[in-house]
Amino acid sequence: MFFFITTLILIIIGLYAIVTKTNLIRIIIGFAILEYAINFFFALVGFKKGALAPIITQVDGPKNFVDPIPQALVLTAIVIGLATTALMLSFAIKLYQKHKTFDITKIKELKG
Amino acid sequence: MNLLPLFFALPLAGAFLIPILSKIWRGFSDLIANSITTILLFLSFYSLNLFEEGEVIIYKMGGWPPPLGITMVYDHLSALIVISIAIVVFAASIFSIRYLEHFTGRVKFYTLFMLITAGMMGVAITGDIFNLFVFVEIASISSYALVAFGIEKEELEAAFKYMVMGEIASLFLLFAIALLYGRASTLNMADLANTLSVAGRDQLFWFVAAILLFSFAIKSALFPFHSWLPDAHPSAPAPVSAILSGIFVKVLGVYALIRLSFNVFGLTPQNSPIFFHILIFLGLVSVFFGGIIASRQRDYKRLLAYSTIAQIGFIMVGIGIGNFWAIAGGLFHILAHAITKSLLFLTSGAVVYATGKRDLEELAGLGKTMGITAWSYRLATLSLSGLPPLVGFFPKLFIIIGACQAKLYWLAILLAILSVFTLAYLLKIIRKVYFTTKEVSTPETPFSMRLSMLFLVILMILFGFGFQGLLNSLIIPATKVLLNGTGYGRAILGG
Repeated sequence: MFFFITTLILIIIGLYAIVTKTNLIRIIIGFAILEYAINFFFALVGFKKGALAPIITQVDGPKNFVDPIPQALVLTAIVIGLATTALMLSFAIKLYQKHKTFDITKIKELKG
Repeated sequence: MNLLPLFFALPLAGAFLIPILSKIWRGFSDLIANSITTILLFLSFYSLNLFEEGEVIIYKMGGWPPPLGITMVYDHLSALIVISIAIVVFAASIFSIRYLEHFTGRVKFYTLFMLITAGMMGVAITGDIFNLFVFVEIASISSYALVAFGIEKEELEAAFKYMVMGEIASLFLLFAIALLYGRASTLNMADLANTLSVAGRDQLFWFVAAILLFSFAIKSALFPFHSWLPDAHPSAPAPVSAILSGIFVKVLGVYALIRLSFNVFGLTPQNSPIFFHILIFLGLVSVFFGGIIASRQRDYKRLLAYSTIAQIGFIMVGIGIGNFWAIAGGLFHILAHAITKSLLFLTSGAVVYATGKRDLEELAGLGKTMGITAWSYRLATLSLSGLPPLVGFFPKLFIIIGACQAKLYWLAILLAILSVFTLAYLLKIIRKVYFTTKEVSTPETPFSMRLSMLFLVILMILFGFGFQGLLNSLIIPATKVLLNGTGYGRAILGG
C-alpha cells in the first residue's frame, strides 16, 4: 500500500510540474516523472509479497510467482517513453535555437 | 489466407524500406508510399466481401489462442474505420508527390507518413488493449513529428503544445490500462468484456471509465481539451493536415472511445445515462464554440481546424444520444467528414502551393484561375453543411432523426440550426478567396494534386447518391456491432 501511495504522489508531482512550470526542460522532467510513476504503478500491479521471480527451474517447483506480464508491458512502455522524451527534447533544442530561450511565456507566435 | 495483418504490416514495411531504398533512387519514396496506399485502398474494400454481417475475422498473432496472445479483430465497425483511413491516406499520398517540392526531407516525410498510417490501421483492427496503446503511440509520435515538419517557429511551438496534451492523454491511457489489468488480469478486449460484465460495477470501474473518457476527449479534441488542435493541424503540411483532421482524431479519439465504452465496458444509455449525457454535453459545446470561433478566423487552415472541432462534436452528440439512428449517423459522419474535411484541407494545400499565402485577407480571385480547386471547395462546403444529394447530408439527418426518437426535440432543432451555421463559416472562405474578382496570374495546381481532389469529390458524390448501398453494407452492420455491447466478447471467444 505504501508503494501505491508513493506512485500516486509521484503522478501528482509530475502533473504539477507539467501544468505550472514555464521552462521547457522542467516540463519535460515533469513528463519523465509522470511516466516513471505510471510505469512503477503498472509494475506494482503484478507484484506479490514474498513471491518468486517467474522463472520455472523444475517441473514441480513452487508455484508462487509474481505476474510477469506487467513487467513485459512496462518494458514496452519504457521504450515508448524513451521515444517521446527524445522527440520532446529535440523540439526543445530546436525551439531554443529559434528563440534563444526556454521560457514558454516568451514563445508566443500562435494565437487566435 | 488471412489478410488482416497486411493492414498494418504493409505500411510498417514501407516505413522500413523507404529510407533504405531511396538511397539507391530517390523516386522510390514516392513509388513505395503511393503503391502501398493504393494497395490498402483496394484491400480495405475487398475485405468487405470476406465476411457477412455479424461475423468477425480474427487473426491470432503467433498462433496463440485469444485470451493469451494478441488478437486482431475485424468486424464491420473496424471495416468502416479502415475504409475511411484508406481513402484519406490514398488521397493525401497522391497529393504529397508535388506538394513536397516546398520541403526538404521527402524521405523522412514518407517514413513518418507510413508510420502514422500503420498506427491508425493498428488502432482500428486491434483486439488487445495494450496493443491499442502501442498503436496509439506509434500514430501519435509520428503525428507530433509531422506537425513540426516545417521546423519553423510556429510549427515547433504547435508541435510542442500538441505533444504536451497528447502525451498526457497517452500516459493516462496507460494508467487506465494498468488499473484494468489489476482488476481483470487480462489484456484481451473480448476477455476483458466478459470479465467486467461478470464482475459488476464498483468505484474502480467508473474511475477507469472516467480516465479513459478524459484521455480520449483530449485525443479527439472535445471542447475543454481542444486547445492543441487549432495550432497543430494548420501547422502541418497540407496532406498531413488532411490526415490529422480528416481521420486521425476520429480513430484515436472517437473510435477508441466508442469501442471501449460500448464493447468492452458495456455502457448503454439505459444503464449509464450520466456517461452519455456527458458525451452529448461535450459534443454540443464543441459544435457551438468550434463554429463560433471558426467564423472569426482569418487563416484558411485555422478556420478549417476549428470546423473540425465542431464536426467532431456532431459525431459525439450522435454517439451520446445512443439510439440506433443517432449512432448510425455518428458513424456515417466519421466517413463523410473524413472525405469532406480532407478535401477541404487539400484545397488549402493547393492554394498554399500556388500562392504561398494562408491569410484570407490577402487571398483573392482564385475562383477563375484555379477552377478545380474552387469547385472542390464549393462542393465540399455544400456537403459538410448538409445539401441533400451529397454525402454530408445523411449523417446529420440520421442524428436529428435519432434525437427526435429519443424525444430530445430541442436538441434536434439546435443541431439543425448549428448545421446551417457550418455553411456560414465555410462560405467565408468562398467569399474571400474564390468569389472575388481580382486579376491574378496563379496557375492551376499540378495534375496529381487535381487528381487527388477529384478522387475525393467523386467519392463524395458517389457515396451521396449511393447512400442506400453504403448504409446497408457498412453503416448499419457497424451500428449493430456497437449496439451488441459486450456480445463482442462472446463473438470473439466463442460461447
